[in-house]
Amino acid sequence: MVKDQEFLKSKASYCLDLAKKMGATDASVTVGHSISETVNFRNKSLEASDRSDGLALSIETYLGKKKSSISSSNLLEENIKTLIEKCFEITKITPEDEFNSLPDKNLLSKQISNLNLNDETRFENDKKINYLKDLEDSASAENQIVNTESSFTENKSNFILANSDGFCDGYKTSSFTASCVTVAKDENSMERDYEFSSKRHLSDIKQPADLGVKAAKQTIRKLSPNKIGSERINIIFDRRISKGMLSVFASAISASAIARGTSFLKDKIGQQVFSKLINVIDKPDIVKGMGSQNFDSEGVNSKTLQLVENGVLKNYLVDTYNGKKLNLKSNGRSGGTTNLYFENGNISYEDLVKKNSRSLYITETIGHGSNLVTGDYSVGATGFLVEDGEFKHPVNEITIAGNFKDMFKNIILANDLEFEYSANSPTMMIEGMTVAGK
Amino acid sequence: MSNFFNKSDLTRQDADKIVSETLKNCDDGELYLEESKSESILLDDNKIKSSNYSSDLGFGFRAISDEVVAYSYSNEISKDSLKSSSENLKSTLKSIKGTYNHEIPKSNKKFYKDINPIEQKTLDSKLEVLNKVNDFLRKKDGSVKQVTASFSGEQKSIEIIRSGGEFLTDVRPLIRFNVSVMLEKNGRKETGVYGIGGRQSYDDYLKNDNWKNVCEEAFRIASINLESKPAPAGEMKVVLGPGWPAILIHEAIGHGLEGDFNRKKTSAFHDLVGQRVASEGVTIVDDGTIDNRRGSLTIDDEGTPTERTVLIENGILKNFMQDRHNARLMNTRSTGSGRRQNYRHIVLPRMRNTMMLSGNHTQDEMIKSVDKGIFAVSFGGGQVDITSGKFVFNCTEAYEINNSRIGSPIKGATLIGDGPSILKEVSMVGNDMMLDPGIGTCGKAGQGVPVGVAQPSILIDKMTVGGTKL
Repeated sequence: MVKDQEFLKSKASYCLDLAKKMGATDASVTVGHSISETVNFRNKSLEASDRSDGLALSIETYLGKKKSSISSSNLLEENIKTLIEKCFEITKITPEDEFNSLPDKNLLSKQISNLNLNDETRFENDKKINYLKDLEDSASAENQIVNTESSFTENKSNFILANSDGFCDGYKTSSFTASCVTVAKDENSMERDYEFSSKRHLSDIKQPADLGVKAAKQTIRKLSPNKIGSERINIIFDRRISKGMLSVFASAISASAIARGTSFLKDKIGQQVFSKLINVIDKPDIVKGMGSQNFDSEGVNSKTLQLVENGVLKNYLVDTYNGKKLNLKSNGRSGGTTNLYFENGNISYEDLVKKNSRSLYITETIGHGSNLVTGDYSVGATGFLVEDGEFKHPVNEITIAGNFKDMFKNIILANDLEFEYSANSPTMMIEGMTVAGK
Repeated sequence: MSNFFNKSDLTRQDADKIVSETLKNCDDGELYLEESKSESILLDDNKIKSSNYSSDLGFGFRAISDEVVAYSYSNEISKDSLKSSSENLKSTLKSIKGTYNHEIPKSNKKFYKDINPIEQKTLDSKLEVLNKVNDFLRKKDGSVKQVTASFSGEQKSIEIIRSGGEFLTDVRPLIRFNVSVMLEKNGRKETGVYGIGGRQSYDDYLKNDNWKNVCEEAFRIASINLESKPAPAGEMKVVLGPGWPAILIHEAIGHGLEGDFNRKKTSAFHDLVGQRVASEGVTIVDDGTIDNRRGSLTIDDEGTPTERTVLIENGILKNFMQDRHNARLMNTRSTGSGRRQNYRHIVLPRMRNTMMLSGNHTQDEMIKSVDKGIFAVSFGGGQVDITSGKFVFNCTEAYEINNSRIGSPIKGATLIGDGPSILKEVSMVGNDMMLDPGIGTCGKAGQGVPVGVAQPSILIDKMTVGGTKL
């Protein structure tokens, strides 16, 4: 069982009292407890089970405008005392920073609404094993599949965030994740692909057979790939890749990157950064949402934010410290976005795929080729060549490249948005990117 | 050395008893105890942005029967907690069968000292260096718009208790010093990053004002990138500089030679032992025994002393890297490659310092032999798809080669290749092998561990460069 609110609150207030007693002018503390159980299968038999039970404590102490932090997993009072002493010693000799402070009291979350983020259901390891058996039976049905690996993780967490301005709140969350990786082989190649389902509630997890069949199908269709030549081409990003564009966008509009001047979207508020049909929204209060939250990592209330409206950048993601630097109020995004999504476009998936006589449909990218300072983008990719709406053959060992400033303005979105993860996008087309191949 | 039993109701005798009783019918397993102390101090945007100190303590208890690994961890070292982990392991391994193999080879060699780098330099003097870095770079040139500098240090103490009361210990220091600078000129912004580190004290790396050299190098990379042109797109010849570019070896070859992927036959290399996988003259080793290197370990996280493992000898695939679990299932021995990020994670076979050894060509010869290609000197991160063998890495400093001459710098581009075939494209191996500056962290299955790489300059005859210029 995860520790209850009372236990975490008592640890948090012990820390705050102690910090105050030592002379800290302000302090903030987060205490969390998480229990996670994973079962791993491989080729239809049990491979591993893993149970983790972890407490975590982090404390920030302030002396006026001086601040430092500590973290620990050891919650024995004697250890906490030593750490807070150490933290406060460090704070004393850390230089002042005029922007350091606890969040504005008026912005703190006043009440917790029930977003149904916690499912108390206990899915015993035996049941996980049965689920994975079913999953791998369907994943390995085709004889081209030579290896299957799958896992089921159940996680239960609880936390309390408290600060010396009287904020003290937290709540339980749960998550259940089933995933499957399959390897397929033919005379020319060996390929791997995957499928997963991650939900707050057990009953929302996809059926094991659906996951297994989908993973296998996605893997088999990648067999015997060809490399294509280097050319300018229209690229279609599968939903599992297009949502990654949102993560790049979110990093580029974080107040920290803006304040430091290290983002290609600095000073772009009020300007057209996407094509006119694009809207980007960050919505923290989706019931059962994977990214849902009542308040951010500083306790600031988070409300729905329209980040991009008709292609125009409307808001940065603002936390207290960087907000002060930029003269902006925190909008409850310390710790990043919540449930971030592109609104649907006005073309169907089928029409998007048929839109051009020749395009490249990307299902996976590898590498860390996004430069947020310049906007340059270059990654390795795997996918399919599409001609006249038909998937011709799998393609690999190629790269795709461009610059986000141009790419964002050329995005066309299909109308197939689904809320599966904490970032969600419809299928996306970007015309005129460069592919490097043969 | 940490004493894991002095602040707990758990005695060493209790721990021995629970471990021996839990593992008595298993094939392998151990209790792993770990205490780590770490700090990170960051200067950014003209200010000391953060100073963080962490302490972490916990255990991981592992029991293995045949192919099944049961693992349980907790950050509470107590009799109850260990007993409950033991119950958890027993409930997973319902039908335990196996013969416990006690034997762990012994060695007295140590590759670093038992120091705590955090305590060896005062916070004041660390802050002073960071402020000097900021002032030095900002005064150096008007184009400097942002400076980030950081120290991170750690001391990790581990103890491994095996069935029968055998125990093994290690104390591992690790530090890193990093500088990142952003320049802006004529509306263009570019960054340059450089860092140094290893398993010694901060001052071993910073003596003789060495922080200045780190600043100069970060500044040099950023300045070159300010002049960079769009990179070419397509297949061409690639000359790699010595040192850090060996992350190509790490991604293209290294991961594919880790025991787990080969036991599962999901690596593109699993059936290639004894066969030619690289050009003649290419020899690659993975070495955990180089003094004070970031990827070195006195013993691995299962207690096995590390070694220098020959992976590829003169082009022929010789060995995989093994932890005990995969080695047992493949009827071979551990190569001392069993590693974990910390007590929260299971052991996996991992790289240590992966190195291509010197040949007899000069870098100059390589450049002269290229009509059209690129010369890549420094890289950011890389990644590999073990199964298809395709790997990528990103250039952070690279130049065009035209008609045997090094030309303009080019923008960061991703290079992509095929692991099992790339080393057959190596047509010259340089005589200038160099170790990297001590900055690598390798990620696998969600676990990061410190690693090193090394190589001489090499010429690759054909590789795809992912630029935008057709």
